[in-house]
Amino acid sequence: MSDAPALRLSGRAKIGAAPIFGPLSLRAPAGEWTCLLGPSGVGKSTVLRLFAGLGDGIAFDGEAVAEDGVRLDGRVALMGQSDLLMPWLDATANVTLGARLRGTSPGRDRAREILGRVGLSEHADKRPHALSGGQRQRVALARTLMEDRPVVLLDEPFSALDARSRAQMQDLATELLAGRTVLHVTHDAAEAARLGQTILLMTRAGIASFPPPEASTPRLYDAPGTLAFQGRLLRLLMDTR
Amino acid sequence: MRRAARIGGVALTALLLWQALVTLAELPRFILPGPGLVFATLWSSRALIAEHALITALEVLLGLGLGAVLGFASAILLTASPLARSILRPMLVFSQAVPVFALAPILTLWLGYGLWSKVAMALLIIYFPVTSAFFDALMRTPPAWLELARVMNATPARVLWRVRVPAALPGFASGLRLAAVYAPIGAIIGEWVGASRGLGYLMLLANGRAKIDLMFAALIVLAVLTLLLHAAVDAACRRLWER
Ligand SMILES: Nc1ncnc2c1ncn2[C@@H]1O[C@H](COP(=O)(O)OP(=O)(O)OP(=O)(O)O)[C@@H](O)[C@H]1O
Ligand SMILES: [Mg+2]
Repeated sequence: MSDAPALRLSGRAKIGAAPIFGPLSLRAPAGEWTCLLGPSGVGKSTVLRLFAGLGDGIAFDGEAVAEDGVRLDGRVALMGQSDLLMPWLDATANVTLGARLRGTSPGRDRAREILGRVGLSEHADKRPHALSGGQRQRVALARTLMEDRPVVLLDEPFSALDARSRAQMQDLATELLAGRTVLHVTHDAAEAARLGQTILLMTRAGIASFPPPEASTPRLYDAPGTLAFQGRLLRLLMDTR
Repeated sequence: MRRAARIGGVALTALLLWQALVTLAELPRFILPGPGLVFATLWSSRALIAEHALITALEVLLGLGLGAVLGFASAILLTASPLARSILRPMLVFSQAVPVFALAPILTLWLGYGLWSKVAMALLIIYFPVTSAFFDALMRTPPAWLELARVMNATPARVLWRVRVPAALPGFASGLRLAAVYAPIGAIIGEWVGASRGLGYLMLLANGRAKIDLMFAALIVLAVLTLLLHAAVDAACRRLWER
């Protein structure tokens, strides 16, 4: 993805009269994986919604833009904690949902290929109710990949998975989303320590950046450098108010 | 199988209670005939009853089909167009303040003594439940799905057809299940107000001639028809969702 832009947000946000965050400024470098950590309720999901163009109910005074100056509309894919699969569609149809909602050709072959890459070839014809939670989240990842957008916004996408599936999904996502600008909201210091090329901590005071270990991502979960950094992040998270 | 056994058990209990009531209270047959007599009449008058039952069934099926189509279309229109919503919704609610019973004579006047005044009654009685059940479901699409669709740059019409409508089909189905029970009521009211055929007509006729056994026989056929219709709609709705 040579056209993946850097993301920048600056400003303050309110919902109704209640201030959500700000003023703050945040930058996610082009083509890199940025992890955004922070205490619950600090406004991380709100940041993602602003980038995704879903800021209808939010009074936002500032800008949430791509640094290449081109509008973000149509260049963003979104994946959240809930898989949001349509229960009446099988895995393949769920993966091609975007194309069918736009009225473009669904590209079923490509969908099958992507399902293969997330390890679901044998489940391509199954409906969500016949899949496990981890498999459903893989379908959601495949749907996100199928959209083939340069900017990918992830809102705690792996937090509902067991430790093993989570580690597998982290590896898979790192491989498959390489080269895109990823902004990944997570609560999990270990996850951020494995995946983040840029690590941002969001607090009421604003955004702080913490340089991660040198090793390339996904970092080994049991490497001393990863573990030490994870410990440091958790300490920071515990100490913020 | 278990379900069939349970239904059989309930029916048998009802018959026994019925017989016990007739025997213990020594009710004369022109007030309440026993089940034995009613089933004997049902058998001996089977051709007559079948002829009228067929008419009523046709009225009910036409009313149900047309009502389902109209209800489906109205709910879609209400969902798709805020203008239609602001104009039609109050009208719909207001229309519910008019008892459908009261319209039966007018419908008979307008549409005649034949089939169509009964079809119209059945349709009118189910239109509101179908429309409102489906419309409510259409308005309750999980917002997260709509947001996903928005990020995917979906067109509004496709969101309606590919997300909102399929997500709301269970609501439509519950409207239809209600309709399967209401539609026969509509048709029977229509037949009472003015008809020369149908189970409702037959019941009035039998009542007038003090043939209470025939009236009960027709009533049982009507109840069985309604139950069958409900079961068929239920099965169809399940298929629709599992498709
Ligand atoms: N519709 C709303 N009306 C009023 N306040 C809201 C609304 N939605 C969110 N908020 C508030 O906005 C703040 C930020 O919400 P947001 O979902 O962005 O937090 P978050 O950092 O993602 O939290 P979490 O980590 O728990 O997901 C919260 O304090 C929340 O109470
Ligand atoms: Mg959140």
